[in-house]
Amino acid sequence: MSAHLKRLENTSVHILREAYASFKSLAMLWSIGKDSTVLLWLARKAFYGHVPFPLVHIDTHFKIPEMIEYRDRLTREWGLIMVYGENRAALEAGETFPDGKVDRLTCCRNLKTRALAHTLDGSWPRFRFNHQAGRYEKDRNTDPYTGVIVGVRADEEGSRSKERYFSARNRSAGWDIADQPPEFWSFYKTDFAPGTHVRVHPLLDWTELNIWEYIHQERIPTVSLYYDQGSGRRYRSLGCQPCTSPIESTARDVPEIIEELRSGKLASVAERSGRAQDKDDGGGLESLRREGYM
Amino acid sequence: MNIVIVGHVDHGKSTIIGRLLADTGSLPEGKLEQVRDLCERTSKPFEYAFLLDALKDEQAQGITIDAARVFFKSPRRHYIIIDAPGHIEFLKNMITGAARAEAALLVIDAREGVRENSRRHGYMLAMLGIRRVAVLVNKMDLVGHSREVFENIRKEYEAFLAGIGLEADSFLPVSGMGGDNIASPSGTMTWHTGGTVLDVLDGFSSSPPDDKLPFRLPVQDVYKFTRFGDDRRIIAGTIASGQVRVGDRIGFYPSGKSTTVSGIESFPAPTSDEDRVRVASVGEPVGITLSEQLYVTRGDLAVLQGQRSPTVATRLKASVFWLSRSPLKVGQEVLLRIGTARVRAHLESISRVIDAASLEGVSNPVEIARHDVAECVLHCASPIAFDVDAGIPEMGRFVLIDNFEISGGGIIREGLPDEQSWVRSKVLQRNIKWEMSTISLQARAERYCQAGTLVLVTGQADSRKKDLAKALESHLFGLGRLTYYLGLGSVLYGVDADLKTPESDSRTEHRQEHLRRFAEVAHLFLDAGLILVSTATDLTQEDANLINAVLEDHRMLVIWSGDSPSTDVKPDLVADRETGLETAVERIRALLQDQGVLYRA
Ligand SMILES: Nc1nc2c(ncn2[C@@H]2O[C@H](COP(=O)(O)OP(=O)(O)OP(=O)(O)O)[C@@H](O)[C@H]2O)c(=O)[nH]1
Ligand SMILES: [Mg+2]
Repeated sequence: MSAHLKRLENTSVHILREAYASFKSLAMLWSIGKDSTVLLWLARKAFYGHVPFPLVHIDTHFKIPEMIEYRDRLTREWGLIMVYGENRAALEAGETFPDGKVDRLTCCRNLKTRALAHTLDGSWPRFRFNHQAGRYEKDRNTDPYTGVIVGVRADEEGSRSKERYFSARNRSAGWDIADQPPEFWSFYKTDFAPGTHVRVHPLLDWTELNIWEYIHQERIPTVSLYYDQGSGRRYRSLGCQPCTSPIESTARDVPEIIEELRSGKLASVAERSGRAQDKDDGGGLESLRREGYM
Repeated sequence: MNIVIVGHVDHGKSTIIGRLLADTGSLPEGKLEQVRDLCERTSKPFEYAFLLDALKDEQAQGITIDAARVFFKSPRRHYIIIDAPGHIEFLKNMITGAARAEAALLVIDAREGVRENSRRHGYMLAMLGIRRVAVLVNKMDLVGHSREVFENIRKEYEAFLAGIGLEADSFLPVSGMGGDNIASPSGTMTWHTGGTVLDVLDGFSSSPPDDKLPFRLPVQDVYKFTRFGDDRRIIAGTIASGQVRVGDRIGFYPSGKSTTVSGIESFPAPTSDEDRVRVASVGEPVGITLSEQLYVTRGDLAVLQGQRSPTVATRLKASVFWLSRSPLKVGQEVLLRIGTARVRAHLESISRVIDAASLEGVSNPVEIARHDVAECVLHCASPIAFDVDAGIPEMGRFVLIDNFEISGGGIIREGLPDEQSWVRSKVLQRNIKWEMSTISLQARAERYCQAGTLVLVTGQADSRKKDLAKALESHLFGLGRLTYYLGLGSVLYGVDADLKTPESDSRTEHRQEHLRRFAEVAHLFLDAGLILVSTATDLTQEDANLINAVLEDHRMLVIWSGDSPSTDVKPDLVADRETGLETAVERIRALLQDQGVLYRA
């Protein structure tokens, strides 16, 4: 492994272990995308094959079906504690962008930000995979998660470039960017007032290229949507079907993606260029993130 | 390589980095145009700084609020550049950014010259342990690219750095706005031959970690995952320095208890014997298994036997910088974190408070105000292990937590003695030499349904402490518990025979050594899993601290027999004269249950 990747891996594992040692009620968000899947792999490294906390997926029900199949396959194979949450009310009332009642940003707010906040604090139902029965059941545990591990990277967009490894969130899951507590050397914010929680970001120093290089070296299984299957198109970033479009690319496997990012046609194109909600207003994502979006 | 850019507010840090990215073609397509459009739409002049100052508030105020990470690649290597804010209000953000860096660029505005935060940031770099610094004198376009202005600033700042023990790698005249000496040499400042910012970055040497340093592993956690039939007990942590091999003898500080490394774990699990990891080095997050069932917890420091041992102390002479809005006052209690350890500590005294911007001292300091730096003494509630002058800066660094937040940081300069130091050094020797049994403390506790504990009944000379202690012993014995009565005085004639001379009253003359020996005897009973019931006259809190220093992880409960205590000891229970013996015994038993000393099978 290259010395740089090794250092990134070392720091991320250290952070995961700090999180596990510091928070009684810890969870990790798994979006099924490449970043949080790398995070999941790093957790298995940190804890020697175990993932000793639940993985939480926010299901918008507009995800591409392959993503859900892949999620449940790894859940079974790796014996994961898998939990999902959703915004049932908004879905039933059709308050979504695909239903035409709200714009993209409001849809994100409904199906992701709000679903996330209520799933994390336990006020809305959580569904947990029962390995014996082979299906999801309502989770009896409704304790709020006080530590939440998230796979965001600093190179994704402006407000993420300013994140801490351990980032404090207030009672309403909001983020006060202008007044973040300090963290230095290898001491992170692991003390928190009751009612607040901490987001943990072990992948901040990784770039999109680092992620693919690591997937390659560790042979981490990824969802097939990232690869061109003959149509000349593939997804670079995975989100909800109506708001994420594939890019023109013929990369069929991980080495071809790495090549494309290093020197090929993607070397100077921003990753989230396929995400429509980022474009709605100048700081759209920053606003969402202040309210608790990943 | 991680690089931080620091300096006084508005001196042009973000502009220089923005310019560096633009001039080296490091920006994604359309990014520059996007910022141009935005500036046009909002009728603001174009700023390279907006490439980094991404937050709405930052762009509105034209100032960096929080440090940004940007990724940058030169033909030589990859960089993460951390653009720190210069405004004093955001010093904590500057420190957050700077502490991640291996080298720093410090920016000084040519027209404004050396300002308050030019110095304060320089001082903080030194505190944070960043030794490689290049100084950029920026906005040279505003001073007519004058060599004289540049040289004057250089002289002034060189002298300042020398005063805090730093020496800059280089000084460069630049213009972030004009792009002079950023990615390519300046056309106007031909008198400068020291290269560009890009050259300086590529010139920073990255010192490889030194494998020869003593091994240090702050224990992060102990894993025992039972799912999928896993029975490994793994000691996890990131190696702070040195190397460890399978078969090495290691000790855990502050106690000094030692054992042998039986394995180094890896994931995915090794498929063959050659695949097995046999050695691990500095920087690696490892998991080790031990040959004996030692009681190890987060906060312990693993070191190699035969190498230099760490310092163990409760009192620390330290340099501290304070970041919280409310000052740190003498006597105030905070949490101190060092390595993975975490202890309560209070500020015992301050010898000097320095204004980091002027290097001037404050007279008669009684508190450390926000953004000040101080030389002071911290007193921890329990001993910690650390290194001073061992070439492992990480093992001497700590942070202070106040009101849930990291509120300050510091460096230990020296461990100072306290009243129990002499006892602790003997205990350390005992632990290092101790031959471990194969039966763990926990296994004994589970078998006997009790945790080895000392119940010390104290009171005035004429109190009924002995009656009470003996009644307790027989009550516990009646319940089928493993227990033993030992009076403090009974140790005097056997164990302490060498101290006892006919002409001296060894009880007063050798009181401390007498107590230490008694505690060592008690330690044996407790280690064997027994509940030892003892008596002592007029026990003081200092006596109790001494006994606790010997007992370490084992528990002592103090019962005061009589009305309120006549010494300063803080008892766990008071059995006054009014209470009948039986009731008192019953209460002690309830206390033992509450405290988890006695439990059901
Ligand atoms: N004339 C001139 N102006 C400059 C130069 N570099 C920066 N500036 C201007 O100085 C102002 C401050 O620049 P920034 O890059 O935001 O300063 P900063 O050091 O990042 O400020 P903080 O991060 O808030 O501490 C901006 O208006 C820049 O356009 C330069 O070389 N020449
Ligand atoms: Mg700036």
